[in-house]
Amino acid sequence: MTADEAVAFGRELAASVRPGAVVALVGDLGAGKTHVTKGLVAGLGYAGEVTSPTFTLVHEFTGPTMTWPVFHFDFYRLRSAGEALGLGWDDYLEAGGVCVVEWADLFPELLPPETVWWRLVVLAEGGRRVERLEPGDVVGGETVAGPAL
Amino acid sequence: MAAALFLHFLSFVPVSAPLILALETSCDETAVAITRGGEVLASEISSQIALHQPYGGVVPELASRSHLPQVRPLIEAATAAAGVTLAEIDAFAATAGPGLASSLLIGNTVAKALALACDRPFLAINHLEGHLLSPFIGSPDGVIPCVALIVSGGHTLLVHCRGAGQYHLLGRTKDDAAGEAFDKTAKMLGLPYPGGPQIDRLARGGNPAAFDLPQGLRHSGDFSFSFSGLKTAVRYTLDALPNPLSAPMQADMCASIQAAIVGVLVSKTMAAAAHTGENVVAVSGGVSLNSGLRSSLAAAAASAGLDLRLAAPSLTTDNAAMIAFVAGIRLAAGHTSPLEGDVDPNLALVTA
Repeated sequence: MTADEAVAFGRELAASVRPGAVVALVGDLGAGKTHVTKGLVAGLGYAGEVTSPTFTLVHEFTGPTMTWPVFHFDFYRLRSAGEALGLGWDDYLEAGGVCVVEWADLFPELLPPETVWWRLVVLAEGGRRVERLEPGDVVGGETVAGPAL
Repeated sequence: MAAALFLHFLSFVPVSAPLILALETSCDETAVAITRGGEVLASEISSQIALHQPYGGVVPELASRSHLPQVRPLIEAATAAAGVTLAEIDAFAATAGPGLASSLLIGNTVAKALALACDRPFLAINHLEGHLLSPFIGSPDGVIPCVALIVSGGHTLLVHCRGAGQYHLLGRTKDDAAGEAFDKTAKMLGLPYPGGPQIDRLARGGNPAAFDLPQGLRHSGDFSFSFSGLKTAVRYTLDALPNPLSAPMQADMCASIQAAIVGVLVSKTMAAAAHTGENVVAVSGGVSLNSGLRSSLAAAAASAGLDLRLAAPSLTTDNAAMIAFVAGIRLAAGHTSPLEGDVDPNLALVTA
């Protein structure tokens, strides 16, 4: 998967999400997590640039062109789950939008059970692969939960 | 509402240059500053004050509601350092965006409360405008037309500034900010955080041509930046090298990374100056401290006959002096902000 294909994958994800959805993206530096988010945000109606929120921690996409608001998080620089809560993480979960979280595996305990987890893997021979993590898979030391029934 | 109406009818008559107190809480730092005219009387930042708090050991948390407990000690430190009382302040200002909503709210609400309590005007200021104009703080020329490069961990943009309040966005990063490219490639090299200064230090002993790393969008013909490809290229290059790298090879890699980032920043900044016809280049933000960027910009500006203005080192990272500086300019032009105004995490630089 190239960077463009990662964006295309994000656009596909956009068709499957609904308000309240949480999309967790995991994978190494340079694996393409922000590219996937670019596609997802574009697929939900945002025409501008989608930049990395590593330093700014969360970007909000809430304009009138959006099908649903998107809140783009990056846990990379956080040192504790408490810091995520300090950003208003729980408020964003209830805000009626789609939450996309890069480096979600750093604080998996913050992710609700309905979270859909995707892992981006950089291949040694070049390119990337995206795989969906299933309930029971372990990420960041925690077991991925199944959807709430 | 009543207070806002009152302020609306309050005529502001400056007797001397007004005293401005500003708060900046857009991201990690809680900062308070006091200026008079273009002069910075006090500039306090939470990461400094934590060191000498009497009950000690308060580690400033990242970008969170922990701004709140820091605000009051910082205001007290700033008024003490400036030798003024709150009653003497002529206007209160705060960063209104861009930034984190929950963090911006703290500084905004405190500044509005102070404005209300002291019957003084409030000014909502754009964080990026603060950075943009910071090279002119303390300059006898004041703000002059320029091409401005803002480079930090969170932002990388080129702006054509025709004067205070007149900004045209020329280009920005499409993915990662330049400071983020430094920090993330440093992380791949196993260097401690923050990685930018580490790369800067190690690069001095390395060969910048040792590794052929991409300068994203170097020849795109516009003023956009992209640093995401550099991250990926470093990743693949490292995969093919022994791990850990030998010290000389690590220095070569740092020098090559720095050359790739600095090369595209300098070339686009010079192209922007030529494109706009401006002969002043103003550079601000944390990455403007990078020694390779400073020396390359100085050399390029000298050969092109441009006047290079770099923000003072103490004003490169997030601070409130730059917010107070902009507020002073706004106030002098007769502008104030309504107390009903909200923060805006996506606040854009006003274009004119």
